[in-house]
Amino acid sequence: MNSRFAPRHVQVPIRVTVNDLETGRERPMALRKIIGMETEFGIFHRRAGDSNPIAASSLLINAYINSLDRSGTASPIPRVGWDFVDETPANDARGLNIFAAMSSEVETHLVNAVLTNGARYYVDHAHPELSTPECADPLTVVLYDRAAEMILVESMRQANAALPEGEEIVVYKNNSDRKGNSYGTHENYLMDRTTPFSRVVAQVMPHFVTRQIYTGAGKVGSEAVGISSQQVPFQLTQRADFFEEQVGLETTLKRPIVNTRDEPHADAKKYRRLHVIVGDANLSQVSTFLKVGPTALVLCMIEDGYLDRTFVLEDPVLAMRQVSYDLSLRRPLGLSDGGSITALDMQWEYLGWARGYAEERGLECIGGEAVGSAVLQRWEEVLTKLETDPMQLADQLDWVAKYRLINGYRERHDLRWSDARMAAMDLQYHDLRPTKSLFSRLGVETLVKDADALIAVSEPPEDTRAYFRGKCLQKWADDIVAANWDSMVFDIGDDPLRRVPMMEPTRGTKAHVGSLLAECETSSELLRRLGS
Amino acid sequence: MPERTQKQRPAPQRSDEAIIDAPAKSETGEKLKADLDDLLDEIDDVLETNAEDFVKSYIQKGGQ
Repeated sequence: MNSRFAPRHVQVPIRVTVNDLETGRERPMALRKIIGMETEFGIFHRRAGDSNPIAASSLLINAYINSLDRSGTASPIPRVGWDFVDETPANDARGLNIFAAMSSEVETHLVNAVLTNGARYYVDHAHPELSTPECADPLTVVLYDRAAEMILVESMRQANAALPEGEEIVVYKNNSDRKGNSYGTHENYLMDRTTPFSRVVAQVMPHFVTRQIYTGAGKVGSEAVGISSQQVPFQLTQRADFFEEQVGLETTLKRPIVNTRDEPHADAKKYRRLHVIVGDANLSQVSTFLKVGPTALVLCMIEDGYLDRTFVLEDPVLAMRQVSYDLSLRRPLGLSDGGSITALDMQWEYLGWARGYAEERGLECIGGEAVGSAVLQRWEEVLTKLETDPMQLADQLDWVAKYRLINGYRERHDLRWSDARMAAMDLQYHDLRPTKSLFSRLGVETLVKDADALIAVSEPPEDTRAYFRGKCLQKWADDIVAANWDSMVFDIGDDPLRRVPMMEPTRGTKAHVGSLLAECETSSELLRRLGS
Repeated sequence: MPERTQKQRPAPQRSDEAIIDAPAKSETGEKLKADLDDLLDEIDDVLETNAEDFVKSYIQKGGQ
């Protein structure tokens, strides 16, 4: 089928223009930031001897898929495989060569499912990984990130019921095993292809380095070579120890602060997808909200050419660690012009620019006034408290909550930071088992209701193409042979397989296709009406 | 940089030597402190029993 996935009735504008106040000319505004979060979870098969993590991950995910299979209630079986035809993880945004050897990264034989909420749930490398559906604002990302936790918790429950007595698979939402092995939590932002990538790199780099003061999930000690527990008893982030380059394509070796993977999963002539690998996995919803919200706003400003320049760090790779290792938040970072600035002050600058931007151009690009104002307010509140006394944020930010708990225990029992109990508590903070999670005992503020997240476990967001993907799976899973981010492949019997391209992330929404999907009884009717 | 940078508050005045190595320990409010004490009272029941073995055996290879 050749039809673009673009029913004719509703035109969803993907590029808004406004009249420039000074010149009166139309000028473009930043693209709506469609955002997704992919999390590689730690997995630990207890009392199973030399368990293979790939096997444990497969078991975990299959147990979940099979349980949906059996339940036969809410939605049909999402037993739909991933379609790799459009995957190009080796393309580089700087227009460099394509490393053919990297295509082995795609391990097609492993379990790889698409869920009815539009998410992808699969085994990546040696971890279970869940990529949220495309979300149109930062709060929706928080909702689907919480839904992802629920899916992993249910997966553990299902898998463990089938394991021999005494064995248990445990999932951790963290990013390091404390032995130098790290696994990622990656954010993805839809961006305009016409924005020069060099500008993105230059202007987002200082933000990535300094946002760690509120995005960090905290870590006892350091995994960097030659750094002792006395030098770094506790640091702000899980990931800072692992970044070695400023810019690059790698995700597993020599990790770069700005990743250049150029795989838009959308119309490549119009879009790029900024793949962000510097973040931590957060349990705190406030941390997740602030990981995504301010970053999305910064990217809008970059796209709009709103920032003529930002600061240029003398050594961003070094600064990643300087920020993460400095619990006082007072250590100045060297700038290339010879000056210096603290991470906190740099964040105040970005916030100031964002406030000016919001006033001039509004907050549509991150989901509208309500959610945008919430981002700005929370950002300011957190910076204010970080400045006066970070411990006030023990009920908002992961690193503070973790520090307060572990340090409290340490002081009570008069332990050294190097004591194994400190490291064990660090790991257990991220344990997703409700009975064992230390995070869940700390009374950290939530931004979304669990009742809503439970719905998001099986229902897609309504305002991106994930809606079309999820709803088709709910209705016609038996007719869908494969799906990926930007297309779905139907098998409706007599005809050849038919691919429905979904190259526009902001189309396929409920407003766009809701009534069409409701009216169609069969998938062949859907395909006929889409193609006519 | 945009023409109008809207500062949220005056630039902080700090001396470079005033570097503190740990967060200020002014637990805000007695309640937070009491909550933490209560939590620490009961937390031993949920903590991993053999911390050293647990930390040693938690190995994760092949991540991004």
